[in-house]
Amino acid sequence: MGDGATTTWAAGSGRVSRPESGLARHAFMLTVKAATAIFALIMAGLVLVLVSGSWASLRHFGLRFLWTSRWDPVANVFGGLPFIYGTVVSSLIALLLAASIGILSALFLAEFAPRRLSGLLGILIELLAAVPSVVFGLWGLFVLAPVVQRDIGPALQAAFGFLPIFKGVIYGVNMLTASLILTLMIVPTVMSISRDLISGVPGRYREATLALGSTRWEAVRYVVLPMVRPGVFGACMLALGRALGETIAVTMVIGNRPSISASLFAPGYTIASAIANEFTEATSDLYISALIELGLLLLVISILINAAGRLFLARLDRDGGRA
Amino acid sequence: MFRPLRLLAGSALALCLAVPALAAQMALTGAGSTFDYPLFSRIFYAYSQQHPSVSVNYQSIGSGGGIEQFSKKTVDFGASDVPMDAKELARAGFPVIQVPVALGGEGIAYNLPGVKKGLKLTPDLLAGIFLGKVTKWNDPALVALNPGVKLPAMPITVVHRSDGSGTTYIFSDYLSAVSPTWAAKVGRGKSISWPAASSVGGKGNEGVAGLVEQTPGAIGYVELAYLLSNDMSYAKLKNKAGNFVFPTLQTVAAAAASKPQISATDFSIVDAAGADSYPISGYSWALLPVKPANAAHAAALKALFDWTVTKGQANAASIGYVPLPANVQATAIKDISAMQD
Repeated sequence: MGDGATTTWAAGSGRVSRPESGLARHAFMLTVKAATAIFALIMAGLVLVLVSGSWASLRHFGLRFLWTSRWDPVANVFGGLPFIYGTVVSSLIALLLAASIGILSALFLAEFAPRRLSGLLGILIELLAAVPSVVFGLWGLFVLAPVVQRDIGPALQAAFGFLPIFKGVIYGVNMLTASLILTLMIVPTVMSISRDLISGVPGRYREATLALGSTRWEAVRYVVLPMVRPGVFGACMLALGRALGETIAVTMVIGNRPSISASLFAPGYTIASAIANEFTEATSDLYISALIELGLLLLVISILINAAGRLFLARLDRDGGRA
Repeated sequence: MFRPLRLLAGSALALCLAVPALAAQMALTGAGSTFDYPLFSRIFYAYSQQHPSVSVNYQSIGSGGGIEQFSKKTVDFGASDVPMDAKELARAGFPVIQVPVALGGEGIAYNLPGVKKGLKLTPDLLAGIFLGKVTKWNDPALVALNPGVKLPAMPITVVHRSDGSGTTYIFSDYLSAVSPTWAAKVGRGKSISWPAASSVGGKGNEGVAGLVEQTPGAIGYVELAYLLSNDMSYAKLKNKAGNFVFPTLQTVAAAAASKPQISATDFSIVDAAGADSYPISGYSWALLPVKPANAAHAAALKALFDWTVTKGQANAASIGYVPLPANVQATAIKDISAMQD
C-alpha cells in the first residue's frame, strides 16, 4: 500500500501545485496544529484531574491499592485488584473472540463473498454497532445469562471441565457472559474497519501475485494480510478501548462481585462498573478518591495494553522482514 | 398582502415572550436521592397543579450528589436516603433542617421452584444467609421453621444491590440491629462488602429482581414499591414482637408509627416494636436550609415542604410508597417551622 500511495500522491501534487499566498498556508497550518493541540490539552487535563482527585487515596493506600482485594466502604478500606483483574480479563477475552471473528468475517466479505451478499451482511454487522449498550445489557441479562447458566456453561464444563477456567458453580451473570456481550459490542468495529482496509488493497497486487502462480488463499495470506496488519491492529485497539470502558452492559451481566476467581463461571467486577455503581452514593472523601483512582488506573491500563500491542506488532514486523 | 401575515407572526412572537413573564414563575430546584424521585415527581406535579406559580425541578443524581449540591447552595433543597451526619453538616457550614419525606419498606424476594409466597424467615436465618453461613435451602433450621413446605436441596445465591443505595443502607442497618456478628463483621452502609461467598450484585431494584427471577435458589432484598408491582415471591419475616409479617403499606406504616420522635441523629426504624410492624423499613430525607440563600424562595420552599410532608403524602400509596404516619407528619411540620421565611 505504501508504494502505491506515494506514487499517486507525487503525481497528484504535481498537477495541483500552484502558487499559494503565504498567509493562507500559515492560517491553515495553525488551524491544523490547534486542532491537534486540543487532544494533547484534553489528555493532560484528564490526567491532572484524575491524579488530583485520587490524591487522598494514592497517599493513604499507596501501591497497596494495586494488589489488595478488600473493598469495604464501611471500614474505608479500599483495594483495587479485583476490578483491575476483571477489567483486563473480560476485555482481553472479548478482544480475542472479536478479533478472530471480526477479521475472518472481514476477509470473507472483502475477498470471497459475492458482492451483493457482502454488502448486505456488512450492513447487518455494522447495525450491531448502533445498538445502545443498555439494550445489549438487558438482552444479556434476560436472554444470554440464562442460556449461559443452563446450556453453554454445563456444555463447556462437560467438555473442558479439567481447565480451571471452567470449574466451579455456574452462575448466569459471570465473567464469561460479560466477555460474550463485550465481544458482540466490539466485533462491528474490528469487522468493518478490517473489511474496508482489505478492500482498499489495490487489485493489481492480487493480480500480480496470482500471475506468479499463487492461489487465491496464498495471495490473501502473503500479500493482503501483511499489508493491512497495522490498520487491523489499530481497529483492535479501538475495539479494546470500547471494551475496557464499557459500563452499563457489563454492569448488568458480570455479577458485580469484587473477588478474583480463576473460573469464568464466577461473577467478577470491572473498573467502569464499580465507578458507575458506587460513585453517585459515595460520600466519604477517601471513598470518592479511591473510585477516582480506579479511573486513573483504567487510563493507565489502556495505555499499557496499547503500548504492549504496539511493541508486539513492531516485533512481528521486524521478524517478518527478516524472514 | 403580506402585512397581515407578518402582523400575525409578530404578535405570536410577542405572546411567546410575554407568557413566562406574566406568570411570574417561581422555580425551585432540588437534587439528590433516586429513591425519592418517583414520589417527588408525583407530589411536585400535584403541587404545581394547585399552585401554578411554583414549579419544582428535582434532579435525581443520588444522595451523595444531593448533599454536595445542597452544601454548595447550588440548589434550594437536597434529598438523601441517609441524613447528613455531623461531619457533612460541618462541611456545609450552615444550619440545616432534615425532615423525613418518604417512607419505604423492603421485601425479601426469593426464587424457589415449587415454593410460593410466604416462606417464613427469622432475623437469625436471614443474617445467616447473608453472612454465608446458611448455604442450602434445605438447612435444618429453615425446614423446621417451615413445616409443610418442600424446600429443595439447592444452594442459596445471595443477590444484593451493586449500586450504592439507601435500600442497602436500610437492609444492612436491619441486619446490624438483629445480628451482632453482622454488626461487627460488616456493619451498615449504602455500599458494603458482602461476606457471603455466593453473592451476586444487580444494579437497581430491577437488577436485583431480574437476577432473583432468573436464578433458581436466589434470595434478595427489593424495595416494597418494586415488589408490589412485580409478581415475585417474598418472605414473611419475624418481627420483634415475634409475629411473622408480610411487607405491606400497613405493616411498614405500623413500624414507622411505633417511633414518631425521629430526628436526623436518631432515624432508624428497623426492627421496630409493635405486633404488626414489618422490621425492614426506613425514611428518606429532605435537606432544607434554615435560612435560604435566595430569600425570595424561602416562603415558597417552606410552603412546598409543609405540603409535601402532609397533604402531599396522599400521592404515596398508589405508587407503592408508604404515607408518613400522622405522628411523624406532626414532627416534620414542627421541624420545618424553624425555617426563616
